[in-house]
Amino acid sequence: MKEEHRQDGPKKYGMVIDLDKCTGCGSCMVACMSENNAPFREDESDKLLSVAWLRLYKLTNGKPYPDTDVCYLPRPCMHCEGHNGHSPCVSVCPATATDYDSATGIVSQIYTRCFGCRYCMAACPYHARVFNWWDPVWPDGMEKYLNPDVSVRMRGIVEKCSFCYHRLQRAKDKAYAEGRREIREDEYQTACTQACPAGAITFGDLNNPKHAVYKLRKSPRAFRLLERLGTNPKVYYLSSREWVRRAGDNYLADEATGAGKHMAEHKG
Amino acid sequence: MKVGRRRFLAFGIGGAVGTALTPLPWKLMDDISIWTQNWPWTPVPPKGVVSHVNSVCTLCPGRCGITVRKVGDRVVKIEGTKGHPVNDGGICLLGLSGPQFLYGPSRVRSPLKRVGKRGEGRWEAISWEQAVSEVAKRMGELRAKAEPHTVGCLLPEDRGSVAQLFARLLTVYGSPNVMRRPSIEDTYEMALYQTHGIIGRPGFDLQKTTFLLSFGSGYLQGWGSPVHMFRAHSHLLSNSCRVVQVEPRLSISAAKADRWMAVKPGTEAALALGLCHVIVKESLYDKAFVDKHCQGFDAWTDEQGQKQPGFKELVLGNFTPATTAEITGLKQADIIELARNFAKASRPLAICGRGNGSVPGTLGEFMAVYALNALVGSVGRSGGVLALPEAEYLQWPAPEMDEVAAKGMQQQRLDGAGGDKYPLARYRTSYLAALLKGGGYPLKMLLVAGENPVYDLPGSTELKKALADIPFLVSFSSFMDETAAMADLVLPNHIYLERLEDVPPVFGLPKPLLQLCRPVTAPQFDTRHTGDVIIQIARALGGGVAAAFPWPDYESCLKQVLGGHFARLHKDGYLEGRVPELRFETASGRFEFINTEYKAKPAYTPVIPQGDKGVFPLVLTGYDSMRLAGGAVADSPFMVKSVDDTVLKKGDVLVEVNPHTAGQQGLAEGDAVVLATPAGRARVRVHLSHRVPPGMVAMPRGLGHTAYDPFIGGKGVNFNELIAPVPDPVSGLDAAWGIRASLTKV
Ligand code: SF4
Ligand code: SF4
Ligand code: SF4
Repeated sequence: MKEEHRQDGPKKYGMVIDLDKCTGCGSCMVACMSENNAPFREDESDKLLSVAWLRLYKLTNGKPYPDTDVCYLPRPCMHCEGHNGHSPCVSVCPATATDYDSATGIVSQIYTRCFGCRYCMAACPYHARVFNWWDPVWPDGMEKYLNPDVSVRMRGIVEKCSFCYHRLQRAKDKAYAEGRREIREDEYQTACTQACPAGAITFGDLNNPKHAVYKLRKSPRAFRLLERLGTNPKVYYLSSREWVRRAGDNYLADEATGAGKHMAEHKG
Repeated sequence: MKVGRRRFLAFGIGGAVGTALTPLPWKLMDDISIWTQNWPWTPVPPKGVVSHVNSVCTLCPGRCGITVRKVGDRVVKIEGTKGHPVNDGGICLLGLSGPQFLYGPSRVRSPLKRVGKRGEGRWEAISWEQAVSEVAKRMGELRAKAEPHTVGCLLPEDRGSVAQLFARLLTVYGSPNVMRRPSIEDTYEMALYQTHGIIGRPGFDLQKTTFLLSFGSGYLQGWGSPVHMFRAHSHLLSNSCRVVQVEPRLSISAAKADRWMAVKPGTEAALALGLCHVIVKESLYDKAFVDKHCQGFDAWTDEQGQKQPGFKELVLGNFTPATTAEITGLKQADIIELARNFAKASRPLAICGRGNGSVPGTLGEFMAVYALNALVGSVGRSGGVLALPEAEYLQWPAPEMDEVAAKGMQQQRLDGAGGDKYPLARYRTSYLAALLKGGGYPLKMLLVAGENPVYDLPGSTELKKALADIPFLVSFSSFMDETAAMADLVLPNHIYLERLEDVPPVFGLPKPLLQLCRPVTAPQFDTRHTGDVIIQIARALGGGVAAAFPWPDYESCLKQVLGGHFARLHKDGYLEGRVPELRFETASGRFEFINTEYKAKPAYTPVIPQGDKGVFPLVLTGYDSMRLAGGAVADSPFMVKSVDDTVLKKGDVLVEVNPHTAGQQGLAEGDAVVLATPAGRARVRVHLSHRVPPGMVAMPRGLGHTAYDPFIGGKGVNFNELIAPVPDPVSGLDAAWGIRASLTKV
């Protein structure tokens, strides 16, 4: 008997972010910083220099008061699959410091290999990568809260969202210790997903029909960012607002978004 | 060679070498990496046994359940507790920042005594024995002079054992001046009393609501219990319920709502009454509920035989769609449609209290929203607003007052709350600056615990001056905040992660919820539980004061006053109460649209912002964001880092200005301007935004700290320096939604 989904087959971890629920509060951003030992400096207002794996973008519909609308969009690394694992960033790295793992779909970043040429930063259409211009410094005593599961990065290298890969390792270790081959959906969740007070983020294996993301990404509200570049991102967004879906890619004025034609406008 | 991903990401060790035909490029790259990285100092966090401890976050009034992840004895991460009745796993930025507060550079590490000039920042570390005896000595002197009432105490809460220990201390010592900052909880409490005759707070049954109508409440910006409200909103969305936000500025709550009704600022109550008009006129109201449970809908004759107009007359006579449209700036058709949709929904609910709820607002407005809920039968039923009577869960032995104490307690409160002028108010702390200068008598000593009035109260510039005149200021803050920086003595409390304390019920939840905050780690510094310090001060005062504090320490006191609750709280962390039955304890035994005793009634009371229109052509209003903590607890470095560059750029805060207004004033994006109001002036930058109407300037609360460390302080401007309170004539509480302002290019 042939199973539709092989339990031990390759995984494709991905995320679905519901922008109707997302409030732009920023918990995901701070949960990520706390989980992944992000540094901080006295002035973090130059966002090009600020080391954050997940950023929130504010979209607006550009209309005057009171027809204005805004929507926040959390942007982790898209863990682009490209065509057969040719992610834009992976393809250009001369040091093989970033790699597409076909067993999990996760694009890794190996800090000890990275020598800071920043080709990947130029190649990434999502600005998902950040460069460490300085060594991280914690005020005396504050290094006590650092998470031993994630190494601290040093000056001169590039870093980005890892889909909290260390959590997958912990989950795998636990499953292995308990004699299981499979990890459950709730055993591997990213820090941002877990923290989100609005429950806007759903994370799981896009290949597994039993995981919530499998169905959600097929919603008529679903879209991906700059899909037409062929990056094949694994982060999906949901929005009932046409102008938000439209902001996700470079559409022609009279072109409908993927699901737009089927949708009744949620808000006038 | 293939290196497992585990190694890549768990690393620590470098030098995994890829395969290549010639080693030369790899050698060169290796050299470059060595030169660029130089392997400088980077901490390697020690490994250890991972454990999780459950407790409660008390950084804001939300009181989320938290699960603290520890590695060895280090606190590494704070997560929301799954299945917890407040937050079910979710957590906000402030809650996530706990470890940064615990180990942060702004913690006060031991008791401190001021040695330099006030506010100069020169301190001497002293022992706890000395700290306690200095406070007791001062208090003893004032008591000996028969002036115990000149000692005041400012707290964030009046419920809970520590607040009540303070109140007990001041009672047996002889001062009526225990103060807390009022908020929308106070106005809700008054409105509940006027309509239900019950002393308590409302609960909102949002899980069963099908239509949420919010009159400016920032339900996604910190209103009520923040994470609870987030979850409620997502729940409403998932169940295709409608959410309508009434607010002049496009806040995130407005943006996430199905419909945003952009009213003129300050006119929300008029809309509520306009909706009532349509509902009454078109007979869309719940007749069964009104007939069975309500009083004052129709005209009635009071005890003196006077004819009193009913609520029906009040709304039919004054709030026609045409008048309401005129006042609010909305379209008549939109008002009528909203009224119909709200009335026809199966379980509608209206809420009020602007922004994050820190400004109390007018009683008339809260009663108008109560009336709206009553009209549609959403009072005391599932999906509606419930009345949770104040339940005193702490059992205190009755204290005995000696003669000095009894005399002191007979003095009028400094803030006049509960007096002849404002009989309904419990606290009027928003006017502290004016009260300190022109109150009935001077305050000679002020104890501040868990509050930061120099930053947090409106008119903070004036308040700072007034506080500087108090001869003896004692702060119990864990952090070197703006008020601690001005104090004579700082007696640092443990932070919430280090202490045991009861956590009183959370505002807005549909059920009473009592919780216990537990130490998740040993105190990091030479701090002491404020509960213990109060007991020690009382002991040092001796006599009748000491006699009222028979406990050896705070923990035994807590166990005694919690009685049977303690064991259960200790085991489960929280105790959920039951939803009370629908009942009214007013004179009529019904829901009173117009209170038969006090005649308080639903009303639209225009609150005019302070200032001369000629000098200040614009109006400044504050807004709340989850990324900034606007209250007594400051932001964390991570929170400041998360703030958009359209809100904070280098040291400057950006204020939102409508492009139309900016054009008139010749201002462009990013321009530096002086923002002036009758209360103060500050340098800010302009951010052009269609989220605000022409004529309005919007500024975030939560920036402009002057104390703390460079990660938190010195960024932008404190909104409270630019605003001044405006009293509601009925309740006396602050109802200012804005202040007149001007922008001048520099
Ligand atoms: S935590 Fe959730 S609601 Fe907040 S910004 Fe992130 S995705 Fe949006
Ligand atoms: S989002 Fe950018 S960094 Fe992430 S996989 Fe795609 S190209 Fe690479
Ligand atoms: S909402 Fe309040 S109680 Fe909940 S985590 Fe945030 S600060 Fe703590």
